[in-house]
Amino acid sequence: MPPRSSHAAHARLLDEVGSVDQVGIEERVAKFTTRSVKKEAKIWGLKTALSMTDLTTLEGKDTPGKIESLCRKAIHPHEGLVTPTVAAVCVYPSMVRHAKAGVGASGVKVASVATAFPSGQTHLKTRLAEVRGAVADGADEIDMVINRGAFLAGDFAQMEDEISEVLEACGAATLKVILEVSELETFDNIRKASFIAMGVLRPGDFIKTSTGKTTLNATLANNQVMIEAIRDFYLDTGIAIGMKPAGGIKTAKQSLHFLIAVKETLGDAWLNKKRYRFGASSLLNDLLRQLEKERTGAYQAPYSFSDASESY
Amino acid sequence: MATPNKNAAPGRGLIFGDLWEFDPAPETADPRLKARYDLFIGGAFVRPRSGRTFDTINPATEGKLAEISLAGAADVDLAYRAAARAFPSWSALHGRERGKYLFRIARLLQDRAREFAVAETLDGGKPIKESRDFDVPMAAAHFFYHAGWADKLEYVAPGRRVAPLGVVGQVIPWNFPLLMLAWKLAPALAMGNCVVLKPAETTSITAMKLCEILQDAELPPGVVNIVTGAGETGAAVMGHPLAAKVAFTGSTEVGKAIMRQIAGTDKKMTMELGGKAANIIFDDAPIDQAVEGIVNAIFFNQGHVCCAGSRLLVQESVADRVVAKLKSRIRVLRVGDPLDKNTDLGAINSREQLATIRRLVASGVREGAALYQSPCVLPQKGFFFPPSLFTGVTQSHRIAREEIFGPVLSILTFRTVDEAVEKANNTAYGLSAGVWTDKGSRILKMSTELKAGVVWANTFNRFDPSSPFGGYKESGFGREGGRQGLLDYASTT
Amino acid sequence: MSAQPKSRIPVTKTPKVYIGGAFVRSESARTFKVTDRSGAFFANIPQCTRKDLRNAVEAAAKAGPGWARRTPYNRAQILYRLAEMIEARSGELVASLVQFGARRADAEKGVAVGVDRMIHYAGWADKYAQLLGSVNPVSSAHFNFTVPEPMGVVGVVAPDSPPLLGLISMIAPVIASGNTVVALASETVPYPAVLLGEMLATSDLPGGVVNLLTGFRKELVPTFATHAQIRAIYASAGPDDRKALRLGAAASVKRVRFSGTEGAAWLNDAAQGLERIGDFVELKTTWHPIGA
Repeated sequence: MPPRSSHAAHARLLDEVGSVDQVGIEERVAKFTTRSVKKEAKIWGLKTALSMTDLTTLEGKDTPGKIESLCRKAIHPHEGLVTPTVAAVCVYPSMVRHAKAGVGASGVKVASVATAFPSGQTHLKTRLAEVRGAVADGADEIDMVINRGAFLAGDFAQMEDEISEVLEACGAATLKVILEVSELETFDNIRKASFIAMGVLRPGDFIKTSTGKTTLNATLANNQVMIEAIRDFYLDTGIAIGMKPAGGIKTAKQSLHFLIAVKETLGDAWLNKKRYRFGASSLLNDLLRQLEKERTGAYQAPYSFSDASESY
Repeated sequence: MATPNKNAAPGRGLIFGDLWEFDPAPETADPRLKARYDLFIGGAFVRPRSGRTFDTINPATEGKLAEISLAGAADVDLAYRAAARAFPSWSALHGRERGKYLFRIARLLQDRAREFAVAETLDGGKPIKESRDFDVPMAAAHFFYHAGWADKLEYVAPGRRVAPLGVVGQVIPWNFPLLMLAWKLAPALAMGNCVVLKPAETTSITAMKLCEILQDAELPPGVVNIVTGAGETGAAVMGHPLAAKVAFTGSTEVGKAIMRQIAGTDKKMTMELGGKAANIIFDDAPIDQAVEGIVNAIFFNQGHVCCAGSRLLVQESVADRVVAKLKSRIRVLRVGDPLDKNTDLGAINSREQLATIRRLVASGVREGAALYQSPCVLPQKGFFFPPSLFTGVTQSHRIAREEIFGPVLSILTFRTVDEAVEKANNTAYGLSAGVWTDKGSRILKMSTELKAGVVWANTFNRFDPSSPFGGYKESGFGREGGRQGLLDYASTT
Repeated sequence: MSAQPKSRIPVTKTPKVYIGGAFVRSESARTFKVTDRSGAFFANIPQCTRKDLRNAVEAAAKAGPGWARRTPYNRAQILYRLAEMIEARSGELVASLVQFGARRADAEKGVAVGVDRMIHYAGWADKYAQLLGSVNPVSSAHFNFTVPEPMGVVGVVAPDSPPLLGLISMIAPVIASGNTVVALASETVPYPAVLLGEMLATSDLPGGVVNLLTGFRKELVPTFATHAQIRAIYASAGPDDRKALRLGAAASVKRVRFSGTEGAAWLNDAAQGLERIGDFVELKTTWHPIGA
């Protein structure tokens, strides 16, 4: 049954979780971009960002071969550089078993998008079946999308119930809830949706910005709204939720800005892959390129790194 | 790198430790300082007739930076004569051409922006990120904005003809040395006045460096004259018979003294004086942005800001949350070497100012307010003070009434809109105020009720050349910036 | 049985000052004698003291917020109504000016200009903000605007010549923007100001918006200068008074303006205008965020 008034539902929730000022949040995050991270601190930041990367391929043309090479890259990012592995590979459900074989015992997790990613527009039972299938194939982590329609209509109960059911279908797998922030449009909505999702999640589950399939993805500002929500939720409940910005983070420098935001907002306890991830495909090579530059002192060409998309 | 953090709060607290400590990131651009700075009179650098000099030091190290000339009455007189000689041709110059000089100054300052930023930070102690991202670009913006006015003066005063006043005497403070110089020079010159300006004695360097730019811009000799020195020099600049107008930015106490000094003359005046701004947080405010705004309001430039939001008024229902978040926020403020690109709070401008801050903070403690200070480690040398909050402050506390001009916030609470207005206006000052609420109509209601020249809604300490700035009540009179500020440098007929 | 009087004895008026909407004597009960052009006794005029000034400031401060909150259109109409009151009793004003030495033609001209001047400022009341204020194109996501606001209580020290037109010309621009006034009338020709007070009282101007004192400059100027609640001074003054006012004003950073107009120049259009309103407003700039 649709709620009596979606406006009233939104107003009540906003009253409960508090609002976000757009100009203010943008001023705040601009300060992160003026931090200057050099030398050892830079190397630590780059390696930490690398260790937090969910190396992602979500294309219609993905094949077992592509997944195999992705997994190799995830485990051994670059010859001659001592780096951690990435946190996870992130693939479509049909690729989970190939990815599972690819990562083997490396410790790299296999994450699968599910729930009719990216729109979520199919029947709940189909979405749940997809989750169960991915978990059965060995997925360690599930990246679901929320029902944006239900959220915008003020039907928070439906949104919550669906997350609960997906959570149940996950079993032991970690759940990451994608808010698809570009479709929520306002920072107020991002904050509200974050709280709804966190209210259902277990400690160690994540909220995530985007699918990467819309025009606007992770930005420092929507990351900030979400990590401030995580912080407030943690201080209120003691439940530590993780954060995953995804889509649009392409450069090492960007990833350091995100990590500085984490350092200054959530503190040291979130500066690890159990609580913070980057959903990205091209970020990894730029991290490697900068690490190699720090090691050798010379700027590197993109094509020196495997699976580079730049060939010029 | 992961070591247990001694300062970590127990239980549910957040850990702001040293897991990821930043390496030093000093700005290395050469400030191109001279060992000695002469006076700038009649377009040339000249030794002071007084024969006296004084040292300017780096407040972060206490090391000497340069020798500055001390202008005596005879030097000030020379400067005024040079300005008076330059005035007829400068004021007769077509506005379009005057504007071109100002555009040149703006551009030349942009060219040398980093060099000026480093010099400003060395001399004044402010963080390089502020001098680099705020002071210097904003100074250039002021010249650029006013340059465009020079040939449009007939639009400044509807129905009246405007004319320059003549020679203008200006005295500026040490908190934004180059920016305050730009605020003063740009409108005066655009209107066709000539200027004798005195920078603050602890921060003369960027003013003298700007004279190099004035030379490179080929500004006609005598249009701008800069004399350095302390209070005595300032009094000579303010009191000189050739000054048609004086403009002063500084403390209310000195402003009043100047008003008395020139009471027997018909000089026009602009006074930008002190403040004790209320920053008002309503319970519907976007709390995290408000907390950020509180930080901008009181810790920007170490709180050496006349319009600093030094009185925080928080609605009782959210006071605990706001204070808790604020304490958490100031833990990650980085205090230290002003030249480090990551420094948020630099050095206190002078030993005297540090002593003033300490004295007032001690009075707050003595009068029973609760002091919280960031656990940051301060450098061994130089003048530093940690970000500080006082809770449990009432209207009668000295720290709620007197301008501290340092990184010290006094926190008071209120219950209703009316009470917030009453408390905010319960001061002889009236420079600025902040309002934080999610309700647009309340912003405008508060703005109407607050007796302050600038009201920032859901922001604080923002400035723009087009935005008039100045005080109500004992915070001074006259405006700087915008069409209204320009008009203060004109006579109308 | 008393003797039959030759003719009726006129009932003379006791001149009083107009404070807080009421006609009162000086709290000190002091008066000074005013004679007409022939030197004959005319009346005892209240010789107001600094305490009367203080009381007037309190009345003006009390009236201030309400007057400032009136809509500009309403203030305009009240000023216009005031002009109607002056016009209706212009004969009385002219007679009084003539009685104290003015040539009839000058007196008639002065009163007519005074009425017209009041109308001039009535018309400004709902327009000056558009010209003195602005929307400022700042380089950030803020709607930034500057509006003029009244300063509060303004002290007016009126000229001796012309006693009435000077007073009207100095009060009108100050109250048009929502300030309230404590004015000291001409010391040499105070009576027209007493008459003006009676017209103010019968207009729609709320009590306390304009308070008219009579008395001696020498006694009152120092208090005008130093009373901290008087936020601005508008004075017709010679060098000594100018210095005294500026010196006293320093302690409370008071705005001090001098009329700069003398004698017959008050009749000119140049003696009125927007900038005289602009001298008695504060400019407030508000930064309002733009965001969704």
